[in-house]
Amino acid sequence: MLLEIENVTKSYPSADGPVPVLRGVSLSLAAGETLALTGDSGSGKSTLLHLAGGLDAPDGGRVLIEGEDIAHYDDRRRARLRRETVSVIFQQFNLIPSLDVGANIAFQARLAGRHDPAWARDLAERLGLAAHLSKYPEQLSGGQQQRVAIGRTLAARPRLVLADEPTGNLDEGTGAEVAAVMRDLVTATGAGLLVVTHSRSLADRMGRRMELRGGRAL
Amino acid sequence: MIRAGLSALLSHWRRRPFQLLTLVLGLATATALWSGVQAINAEARASYDEAAAVLAGPALDTVERAAGGTIAVEEWLALRRAGWQVSPVIEGRLARHDLAILGIDPFTLPPDAIPGEDDGAAFDAGFLTGPGQILVAPETAQALRGADLPPRIEVEGIPPGTAYADIATARALLGQDGFARLFVTGPPSLGAPPLERIAPELERRAPRASGGDVARLTDSFHLNLTAFGLLSFAVGLFIVRGAIALAFEQRRPVFRTLRALGLPRATLAGLLAVELLVLALVSGALGVALGWLVASLLIPDVAATLRGLYGAEVSGSLSLRPSWWLSGVGIAVAGTALAGAASLWRIYRLPILAPAQPRAWARAGARAAWAQGAGAVACAGVALVAGFAFDGLVAGFVLLGAALLAAALALPLALDAGLAILSRSARGPRAEWFWADTRQQVPGLSLALMALLLALAANVGVGTMVSSFRLTFTGWLDQRLASELYVRAETPAQAAALTDWLGPRTREILPIQSTDTPLAGTPGEVFGVAARSPTYRDHWPLIAQAPEVWDRVAAGEAVLVNEQLARRDGLWPGAEIEIAGWPTEVAGVYSDYGNPLPQALVGLDRYRALFPESVALNFGIRVAPDETAALIRGMTDEVGIAREAISDQASIKAFSLGIFERTFTVTAALNVLTLSVAGLAILTSLLTVASMRQPQLAPVWALGLSRAALARLELLRAVLLAALTFVLALPVGLLLAWILLDVINVEAFGWRLPMRVFPLDWLALAGLSLVAAALAALLPAIRLRRMPPARLLQVFANER
Repeated sequence: MLLEIENVTKSYPSADGPVPVLRGVSLSLAAGETLALTGDSGSGKSTLLHLAGGLDAPDGGRVLIEGEDIAHYDDRRRARLRRETVSVIFQQFNLIPSLDVGANIAFQARLAGRHDPAWARDLAERLGLAAHLSKYPEQLSGGQQQRVAIGRTLAARPRLVLADEPTGNLDEGTGAEVAAVMRDLVTATGAGLLVVTHSRSLADRMGRRMELRGGRAL
Repeated sequence: MIRAGLSALLSHWRRRPFQLLTLVLGLATATALWSGVQAINAEARASYDEAAAVLAGPALDTVERAAGGTIAVEEWLALRRAGWQVSPVIEGRLARHDLAILGIDPFTLPPDAIPGEDDGAAFDAGFLTGPGQILVAPETAQALRGADLPPRIEVEGIPPGTAYADIATARALLGQDGFARLFVTGPPSLGAPPLERIAPELERRAPRASGGDVARLTDSFHLNLTAFGLLSFAVGLFIVRGAIALAFEQRRPVFRTLRALGLPRATLAGLLAVELLVLALVSGALGVALGWLVASLLIPDVAATLRGLYGAEVSGSLSLRPSWWLSGVGIAVAGTALAGAASLWRIYRLPILAPAQPRAWARAGARAAWAQGAGAVACAGVALVAGFAFDGLVAGFVLLGAALLAAALALPLALDAGLAILSRSARGPRAEWFWADTRQQVPGLSLALMALLLALAANVGVGTMVSSFRLTFTGWLDQRLASELYVRAETPAQAAALTDWLGPRTREILPIQSTDTPLAGTPGEVFGVAARSPTYRDHWPLIAQAPEVWDRVAAGEAVLVNEQLARRDGLWPGAEIEIAGWPTEVAGVYSDYGNPLPQALVGLDRYRALFPESVALNFGIRVAPDETAALIRGMTDEVGIAREAISDQASIKAFSLGIFERTFTVTAALNVLTLSVAGLAILTSLLTVASMRQPQLAPVWALGLSRAALARLELLRAVLLAALTFVLALPVGLLLAWILLDVINVEAFGWRLPMRVFPLDWLALAGLSLVAAALAALLPAIRLRRMPPARLLQVFANER
């Protein structure tokens, strides 16, 4: 199994004491599978995605990626996991503003030491970015910027792609278009895709769907 | 991974060349001011060491008169005959050529004690025969071109302003008979009687320490320069700190993305440290080159100051010293590390999921304001302890530094409080927004404003000190230079002819005799003066006196001492002092600005009894002012006095004031440079903050305030903040002036000056700082005025 989350709990501190966000959630995702994680604001979707990506550690339970528990990884091993195995697509795109589109797409692959210029070019073509490679992120529309972020993720050939509200900053038409490209390209590479979204139409495009409410899976 | 990470980090600078320029310029300027001062100090110290090595000889013991004064030829001969290996030295100064003469005996002095002798280049037979020769440094030979002196031989390694001559040549040039000291060039022969039996008034002394008296005397001057250099460096570091913090904060989202994409935290921090190191090395090298330029421009004035104040000869040009280059780059690296440490630490500790808020740094700065307040209180505590519990120059500088740091750290809180009070006067939404927004800007601009506060306080403080000094010194000169003419005879015979000739033509002739002799255990000078003369009684500026002071001095019952000696050893009226074996009482204390040596004034009769070998060659002449021209003509034509040996009161005053002005040329230049650096700090802070102001300004623009109005308000805000900073800097500057005049000066020079205030100077400085702030704000304001609406709309189109 590519990703297994077993009975994880997580709370955040507040002035009134710890606020539980996840209260024992479990899920699994196989390679090539797509899963939409939906729920109201504050239901714990993004927290669960952060735990799956090794961006944060759970208070209890286990997070296994390819069978290995990452809960107790130190910073260096978590960084390596994000570099080589898991990749995250953010709502805010999080491109590097001082690098042009071409360099942004190649960036994570270079970081992981497996940059393939032909594959990056191919991705740029498929994402409709070939004419924009020498532009900077600020010169692109929101939809184009999210395509660059998808390209950056896929260029590194991760085995698990996590997307946090990838269409949240886009209008409906652009969002649908970006979502289709993302799903098609991810599944074509054989990677697993876990998408956190409010969007019903985006959730409908995924192979499976799971809803969180009050920190629990429904 | 490292290459990819580094390329992402460095790409920030490619896209923001101005910010890179700010950082490099800030660091380079800071390094330039520091290393420039260090270059001057290093050059001066090298000159002192060179001079001390020459004057003190090659670590040879000396024989000197215990009570001060010269050694007679007969005493030297008696020692030689008794089997003592001693070599005589004559020392003196040719005032008209501003040249120190060192007369040596090449037959009895070891060869390695003679400059250039080890490589055979020093001198030939002409040195010993005929009119003789003098050995001088090439630059001194240049300065002496055309002078009426024996032929010059150029020898490297002789300090500037010094000439070596055979002892007979030196004796003829200086008109001296006795020797200043004798070098002990070897052990006495077997059976030679001890020194005290041959010449009981002479004593054997160990070699003088390297650096010599000159270095000791000038230490305080160099400490002052170093302190100023350090202050300038600190002001420059504020720019660097601001630029680094801003560059880090602007890249915070990038750092987060890099971490999210798998760059380990330690690697990210390491790459940023390498980036800073490279920037520090490049800027440091640039700064050292700029420092070289600053030092080259300032060193002629420093050399003139040191010559005028201390008689210390310093080369007027700079030498390239590798240690100086290395220390300049080193201080740039250390400064960058200091300025960047907090930012690096924050990045290292940054949680990967921390929101990438623009201007989070400013809010963090606001939170840190209270911590800064606590720091200010702690620094003020250190200043109080240093001021009240400790004495000495170091304690004085600790007091100075801690007081300045306390003021700088307290500035953001003080500004916030001032703005809060001013905001109560706000009428209408626009004014309310303006005050609220201005308060919000303070954390972001606080580093630049702190730099401005330090620069303004330094300007007020040093300006007050210099102007107080100038006013006091001018009045003091008017009092003390009472004689209309001052003349120096070349020989005792000429002095006798001169006094005979002057007798019927003047109101009064005042002989001025002096001898170098230890006072209270350290080298000093004793003057013999005609204390009965009303000229002294009416004009000599006394700051403490016993009853009938002048009568007692004239009768040879008591002496006057200068303020330096009185303060150093507590020798106030009524105290006892011994001069050349004569125990006496201090009857008065006089101001003696600019003189680093302890000094005593003795009645002429007593002086002649104490120093019978001393000859009166200098005279003050009282004459009606309209008769001075005729008298000068007569002295040159009829007595044969050289024209350059006669000085009138006005020219001596002009000369003294000239020395004084040059003394402060260096501080004035550093003052201006520091203020310029502070102006640069404001400019760079405003420009960089401007780029992050869009989200704050766009909503106000959308609500109906035009871009032109916003630009005007931005300009007004900068001027207002500069004005408030000036108001706060003024008391800090006056405190600084008080510390300089009442603590540092007394510790460093031994005299205290009354503090005067100069409100017109403050007005000029306030005007200058407001203009600097307005100029600094002009470019960001123009950019805002011209900003296309589409860019302001981006704030609403995209979450930033």
